Amino acid sequence: MVDSVWEETKEAGSIKFRSPCSFDCLSNIPILSIPNTHRPIPFHIFIPDMWSEAKSIIAKDLRMEWRQRHAIGSVFLYIIASVFVAYLGFRQIASVPVWNALFWIIVLFAAFNAASRSFASESDGRRLYLYSLASAEAVVIGKMVYNAILLLVMVFVGFAIYALMLGTSPLAEANWGALILALALGAIGLAFTLTLVSALASQTDNNLGMMAILGLPVILPLLLILMRFSKNAIDGIAWSVNAIYAWQLLAVLLLSVGLSYILFPYLWRE
Amino acid sequence: MSIAWWKWLSALTVLITLIVGLKAPLSPGIPAVSPDKLDYGATSVTITGYNTHFEEASSSLQVWLKNGDAIFCPYEMAVVDENTMRVSFSITEVIDGAFFDLYLNNDLDGTLFLPMAFLQSGMEVGLNPDKTEDCRKEITVTEAATYDFPNQPILNETIRNILVHVPSWFAMIFVMLLSLIYSIRFLNSSKMKFDAGAETAAHVGLLFAFIGLATGSIWARFTWGAWWVSDPRLNGAAMGVLVYLAYFVLKSSINDKEKSARLGAVYNIFAFTMMILFVMVLPRMTESLHPGVGGNPAFSQYDIDDNLRLVFYPAVIGWIGMAVWIFDVRYRMTKLRYRELLGNDE
Repeated sequence: MVDSVWEETKEAGSIKFRSPCSFDCLSNIPILSIPNTHRPIPFHIFIPDMWSEAKSIIAKDLRMEWRQRHAIGSVFLYIIASVFVAYLGFRQIASVPVWNALFWIIVLFAAFNAASRSFASESDGRRLYLYSLASAEAVVIGKMVYNAILLLVMVFVGFAIYALMLGTSPLAEANWGALILALALGAIGLAFTLTLVSALASQTDNNLGMMAILGLPVILPLLLILMRFSKNAIDGIAWSVNAIYAWQLLAVLLLSVGLSYILFPYLWRE
Repeated sequence: MSIAWWKWLSALTVLITLIVGLKAPLSPGIPAVSPDKLDYGATSVTITGYNTHFEEASSSLQVWLKNGDAIFCPYEMAVVDENTMRVSFSITEVIDGAFFDLYLNNDLDGTLFLPMAFLQSGMEVGLNPDKTEDCRKEITVTEAATYDFPNQPILNETIRNILVHVPSWFAMIFVMLLSLIYSIRFLNSSKMKFDAGAETAAHVGLLFAFIGLATGSIWARFTWGAWWVSDPRLNGAAMGVLVYLAYFVLKSSINDKEKSARLGAVYNIFAFTMMILFVMVLPRMTESLHPGVGGNPAFSQYDIDDNLRLVFYPAVIGWIGMAVWIFDVRYRMTKLRYRELLGNDE
């Protein structure tokens, strides 16, 4: 029956394609989805395509960092110099709370320094180019992961140098598993939270100053949990007592990822 | 004018709660004893009452100490005036804990209680304390005839501050929530009036935060002994203020109005979430001096009674109403200014 209808129309020389709707249905045809940052409610589907975009942004940032080694060197020099200043001031620190607090303060400022570069280093032209290539979500995820990698390296290298210079005596009873988890979660948490702040600050005239003003109050909850967690880890307190801090850190971390994912498209529109 | 009834109502509520809060007397209590130590053998101490009737009800007056299950009565008792009396204890038994709770009972004041009034000195504390006989006479239970506020050992008269301090923070959180809602509406619609709403609400919220900080600081001075103590709840409050100051710095540092509005809205949402996390969630997980935190009671039966509650809840509603009123006036002013500048209020 269907065949005969088909044949008929074919014979008539014109193909009549009948469908329940006519021209309106063009909109149903899947075309390449263009990242639309103007949509009112930012709840989109997590498209797998975004991962490849994010991955290329991470790769691009890593390659750029490698080509401008002096720039990344400046971040490491910053942390080494601060540790050295602390060494000149303190020589050796035996007290665990002081040792721990000073380390995180140094890491905090180094993290500000490192994260503030993530958007400021993009020129306006390159920002426009990125905007046309990738979706805003891919950009922010890419930048966050890249910052996390950078800070992970920085925190572990910084920790080694710090321990070397200011004395390892407080670490004698450390719970190493918990301590490494604290360092890793701390680096990732700082990176994730500061990425959005850096995106905000990069759009103002005074990037570094703005970064400190906007970032410090927002980073405080994370930093306080982190200091307590790592102090307990250094004191060798049992994991069962300390686990709650790890969960809190993870919660803050997820919260900042979610917020960045939702809010960043509005910043990127520029 | 018919829509403005809630404004007058909230202003009236604030006024009435303030007057009642300052005029209502405190119920009888025992703020202090001296010395606060009981030696092995005989010790004579002075008990200072507050709003008590030692002289008037001296016939029914009795005092006793409690330590574990053991009850100790004084062998000598002398009333000096309505609010002062001297009692002498003689304790030679093996006791259960290091602290003695003080109880006082008479016909007019009912039973008064001062927990951990005395520290033992030179006595034997053991796992098998000596038993004592119940030396109390019949205990009178008096219902308070007048309207009064509870008399808490350390708080004393400062308990009235609960009618200013707590509502101001509630109002601040409420207005900041308004600010958050306006920010979200701005991001969804890009209408400048919503941004003006967010900024105005944050302004008003900051005003109430400063009232809360000031009253809290005074309260801390008279209960904890310092203007500021390092405590999760207090640090959280300070951080909340810092976040909103940063919000204003961010907004004023960008000349492009549309851009400043967009960045401000994004930061506002981010900052509010972090503030709620820091002020409401984290302090509950750690130890803190502040009531309502770290297992400390705040509004339980033990701390505030129905008399205080009767004033406290209207005060909260009244303060929130006042905050919204101030916000409303300022928001309308800002919108008028926009209209003057741009010719429309979008």
